Amino acid sequence: MAETRPGAAARIIRWIDYRLPFVQFLNHELNEYPTPRNLSYWWNYGSLSGIMLVVMIITGIILAAQYTPSSDLAFDSVERIMRDVNYGWLLRYLHMNGASMFFAIVYIHLFRGLYYGSYKTPRELLWIIGVIILLLLIATAFMGYVLPWGQMSYWAATVITNLFSAIPVIGPGIVTFLWGGFTVGDPTLHRFYALHYLLPFVIVAVVLLHLIALHRHGSNNPLGIDHKGPEDTIPFHPYYTIKDLFGLTVFLLIYCFFVFYAPNFLGEPDNYIPANPMQTPNHIVPEWYLLPYYAILRSITFPILFISSKLAGVILAFSSILILFFLPWLDTSPVRSARFRPIYKWVFWLLVIDVIALGWVGANPPEGIVVTVGQIATFYYFIHMLILFPLIGKLERPLPLPNSISAAVEHGGARLSGAGAPLAKP
Amino acid sequence: MLKRTFAAAALSAVVLLASALARAADETPLPRQEWSFDGVFGTYDLASLQRGFQVYKEVCSVCHPVKHLYFRDLGEIGYSEDEVKAIAAGYQVTDGPNDEGQMYQRPGRPSDPIPGPFPNDQAARAANNGALPPDQSLIVKARPGGPDYVYGILTGYKEPPASFKMIEGMNYNEFFPGHQIAMPPPLSDNAVTFADGTLATVPQMAHDVTSFLTWAAEPNLDDRHRTGLKVILFLVVGAGVFYAAKRKIWAQIH
Repeated sequence: MAETRPGAAARIIRWIDYRLPFVQFLNHELNEYPTPRNLSYWWNYGSLSGIMLVVMIITGIILAAQYTPSSDLAFDSVERIMRDVNYGWLLRYLHMNGASMFFAIVYIHLFRGLYYGSYKTPRELLWIIGVIILLLLIATAFMGYVLPWGQMSYWAATVITNLFSAIPVIGPGIVTFLWGGFTVGDPTLHRFYALHYLLPFVIVAVVLLHLIALHRHGSNNPLGIDHKGPEDTIPFHPYYTIKDLFGLTVFLLIYCFFVFYAPNFLGEPDNYIPANPMQTPNHIVPEWYLLPYYAILRSITFPILFISSKLAGVILAFSSILILFFLPWLDTSPVRSARFRPIYKWVFWLLVIDVIALGWVGANPPEGIVVTVGQIATFYYFIHMLILFPLIGKLERPLPLPNSISAAVEHGGARLSGAGAPLAKP
Repeated sequence: MLKRTFAAAALSAVVLLASALARAADETPLPRQEWSFDGVFGTYDLASLQRGFQVYKEVCSVCHPVKHLYFRDLGEIGYSEDEVKAIAAGYQVTDGPNDEGQMYQRPGRPSDPIPGPFPNDQAARAANNGALPPDQSLIVKARPGGPDYVYGILTGYKEPPASFKMIEGMNYNEFFPGHQIAMPPPLSDNAVTFADGTLATVPQMAHDVTSFLTWAAEPNLDDRHRTGLKVILFLVVGAGVFYAAKRKIWAQIH
């Protein structure tokens, strides 16, 4: 009798689930959720970025409770947080370095997708939603960087908002509208603060869409082939919860090293000087995670037909991200994973090198060799996207794909006698 | 598997480092000093901070404010409550308006910010040949090179090279960008007399005042380093436990 009769907690959950299938939903999506059995550690970065989003929102809300978004008080209020708020220094350093960590993770996640063809059918929308998240992240990070109202904050805001003035006819009007005045000032700071608080919650919503799209067909995997039966998958919990947890701890070690021992290493010293509209810093540079776009922005030093060099730069910088929306159709190869694509496997690394080169260009004053490298790297970026992707897919002869994930795992030297059989929960 | 984790972690680190290295400056390289607060176990040397505060108070504060410091903060560098009160009382601060609507002067209290030498930036410029002596409470964090740069400036005064054209009223400094600095050499041997008997040489005073200014910019460094150590140890142990658990759980798949 005692065995057959569920406990009180189980009965309550059953009562709720009958009306609102929430526990059932969590169980289905986080516990039983069938996941390819061969995911490598490169698949850790998705859950890591989700955790970073939560860390940023929590630290951000506590910081917001102490911060004053006024051009006269913003800088001092940040120093007040650093000095007089209990563990204010920890919260701010977590938030500040968290932005860098977030982007590092997201970029690795993105390049993981590029290498293993995670954007290909049926995951096109998953990919597109991801690119939307990237755009939202960039906007949020940029506006957050303005809030301390240091020299780099102020001048970054000036440079970036001024980009819109390149738009013919309506550009200058848009810039005045963005500023809420005729220069970057108090109204600009107020609205950036409001948006910096709003956008993370928009990101949460889009991340949920990203997850819904992900769970429709499940994760891609290093082989890039679909899972065909239960022998190819394992339940998400405990296999991937523990793997993600281990990865998270290793990541936190790196994150905490920066927070506790090099908290300003990734920042600009200039941002500890209060904003001064009368004095332009020698080199205005964005944070490291925006350097490649900045390099593309500055790469066009000549007008193209009737388009001014400034407008051309703005168009290219935006296009460098927007072009990712079309990647599922630009890449013509039917094979997802670069493991089975003998040419793409190498060309992929050219893109990595190209983006790092763009980062280097963005960090340096645009003189001499830097300009040339920037132009070549920008040119290559678009060639890679618009020509190499379609061309390699057509020319390349992919290696034969394994029949199934479980077959490949077994072939790869699995020690388990029963490999290939469906795996239940331990 | 562990190897791949390290590869992934290393790649993350490389991405971050490459960008930071990319913007290394190309000016006269700063001589690196040994600071007690360097490194994972670094802490402030309170005796040095107190000597540094004395140098700041007797020399630097003639022109430079420390806007973000309060008298009460001095308790953190080893002054007792009574000593802090005495230091504060040695300053006159403007308060008010009183019931008659007048501003008035009164002796400082620990809860007051340390008053600067000038009422505003314009007054500071007027008294300094048009140059604005910058706030010192964040200077160490606001300059590439940090403490080494501040020390470099304090000890980097030299005769200009023969070919170097100086602007009237400027001073040649090896480590200042452009080499022409409005500030005259601030330190000279025995400019202050240290109560603990330390010889007040220029390098000694520069070292002490730079330590003090580093503390002024980053007063929570000791706490940060201590907390960090506990956090890192906790995470290392955690990573070990989770890795073992992961191996055990995955054992039947591999």
